[in-house]
Amino acid sequence: MTALIDVQNLTLKFRTDEGLITAVDNVSFSLNKGEVMGLVGESGSGKSVTAKALMHLNAKNAVYSPESRITLHTDKGPVDVLSLKTHRELNIVRGGAVSMIFQEPMASFAPAITIGKQMVEQLQLHGDYSNEKAKRWSIEMLDRVGISDAAKRFDQYAFELSGGMRQRAMIAMALSTQPKLLIADEPTTALDVTIQAQVIDLMKDLVAEFHMGIVFITHDLGVVAQTADKVNVMYLGRMIEEGPVREVIRNPKHPYTQGLLAALPKLDDLDSPLTPVPGDIPSPLERPTGCVFHTRCSKVVGDVCKAVEPTERRIDATHKVSCHIYEEVPA
Amino acid sequence: MSDVLIRAKGLSVGFPIGGGLFNKQILKAVDNVSLDIEKGSFFGLVGESGSGKTTLGRALLKAAPITAGGAHYSDGEVDYDLEKITKDQLRDYRKRAQLIFQDPYAALSPRMTVRDIIAEPLEVMKLTKSRQETDARVREIAAKCRLNLEHLRRFPHAFSGGQRQRISIARALVSAPKFIVADESVAALDVSIQADVLNLLKQIQSDMGLTFLFISHDLSVVAHTCDHVAVMYLGRLVETAPTRKLFAAPRHPYTKALFSAIPSLDPDDRGSAQKLKGEIPSPTNQPSGCKFHTRCPFAIDHCKQVEPKLESDATGHDVACHRWKELMAPQAA
Repeated sequence: MTALIDVQNLTLKFRTDEGLITAVDNVSFSLNKGEVMGLVGESGSGKSVTAKALMHLNAKNAVYSPESRITLHTDKGPVDVLSLKTHRELNIVRGGAVSMIFQEPMASFAPAITIGKQMVEQLQLHGDYSNEKAKRWSIEMLDRVGISDAAKRFDQYAFELSGGMRQRAMIAMALSTQPKLLIADEPTTALDVTIQAQVIDLMKDLVAEFHMGIVFITHDLGVVAQTADKVNVMYLGRMIEEGPVREVIRNPKHPYTQGLLAALPKLDDLDSPLTPVPGDIPSPLERPTGCVFHTRCSKVVGDVCKAVEPTERRIDATHKVSCHIYEEVPA
Repeated sequence: MSDVLIRAKGLSVGFPIGGGLFNKQILKAVDNVSLDIEKGSFFGLVGESGSGKTTLGRALLKAAPITAGGAHYSDGEVDYDLEKITKDQLRDYRKRAQLIFQDPYAALSPRMTVRDIIAEPLEVMKLTKSRQETDARVREIAAKCRLNLEHLRRFPHAFSGGQRQRISIARALVSAPKFIVADESVAALDVSIQADVLNLLKQIQSDMGLTFLFISHDLSVVAHTCDHVAVMYLGRLVETAPTRKLFAAPRHPYTKALFSAIPSLDPDDRGSAQKLKGEIPSPTNQPSGCKFHTRCPFAIDHCKQVEPKLESDATGHDVACHRWKELMAPQAA
């Protein structure tokens, strides 16, 4: 397994009128080639901001801490993503080595330009493509993601396609530059279950074929169970649990992960009542002290949760959790 | 037998589309739907986008034009034929039937306080006589929806998605309705909050004796909350049954496909699901015969020519499929 991207001590704050808001707090993780990582958490947990940081794509008011490091391993050697400044440098990462698929495909295509023209434009930005060659490759990509009549679709506008079709076109466009890393931000959330199942299948085939790494952002643990190799759970900007998908789903350690799983309506057990995680995610302006989850946690073990931020504990070689209820074992 | 609150008979909703005087087309969003919603039930309506579930919900609220057939509302106090309803009756019906929307961010005016948002239906419908009465009523409903007095003074932007949805629910409940259409009311919420809102809806239903039409695309949510489910496809009802029966033994191939498309929580159970090919056809260009035959793995020639009728059985499990009996047989063996 070769490393693809390595994130160390990522801390990201946004400068606002109300002061500095912490969006991501000291997060570290890494991803290998051909690996799918599920990034899970509720709205406001910082998962999209983390993913955007991988492309240095956050707004101008984002402040990265000096310790933050994101290293992307490309064919031409490692790239320090956060040190890139000019557009020319950033283009190596954005759309080149890293592509992104968004939740709402209608909002991601320009409405007044044909799908084909947009695909050709980005190919020519990132590679040496003649018009003819770019068109041929784009149609081939559309065909590859299961769009029937690809040559006709090439000349159509986004509004002429159905939701599922648009998301496929989005995937075709993201993959046409043959990225090493694909970031998929809730790519199936706006789709019907039947279409979601098709898109998930498609993405699995593409990982196998192109051997790229995927960061799959979702709040749906069922989708994670179906796609990911490993899972990282975020809450209020902290990475609170990470491990292989089987471990995290069958044997969750953090009370928040346990709560998320308990809140899911399960088809094979209709009699058990639904158990919500109590309360709401706190506003980032009022970050709790100590463990960020203690305001909603049912397993608080005393003042230590309110006062001390839990360090990462290892359950085993790959499964890590940040919670005071587990013994600290020196690594 | 309990009473029926809403009875739809052959209900169709069509919208004219296309410009010309002579080539005017009708888009049939809901096509010949008959169903009974019993008083005090939590009735689920599922299907993909474009299946007509929202339009059906709106037709039952008399907020979409009924082009054929009709629907009856009777709650013991009044009895309305929704097709021939008069203006005065409609004003009264608005009080009795309410809607909760999907997106709690779009449904609440950012320039009104929570108190004003909840009080607005009372003022518009002139249900209270004084400001004191209005305030008392707002406070009572807000407490039921777990909003406190402090919340009432604030504006919606200060609230999270779950809290906003509770405000929307309070607004729908303030006119003391009997019938509520909840259109994808938890779809925009995080799972951790979704369970909380579902529990609240269930509690309100039993406390206030309400009847819910719960529109959702999420079958696992429907399974947990509803006691009766109807499945729609391209404007048609394809299957309807008590929840337990439907989930234990779905009969229509479309219902089965919807079930198997739900992502399993078991990481070792990948790709075992039977996947549906293609997408729902456009309602302007509907297939002949059974509407589902273009995507159905079991379609035969007969399905392409003759449209199946909704067959009722004694247990209340109805299905519209030519082949459901033979398709169920091997499973039983």
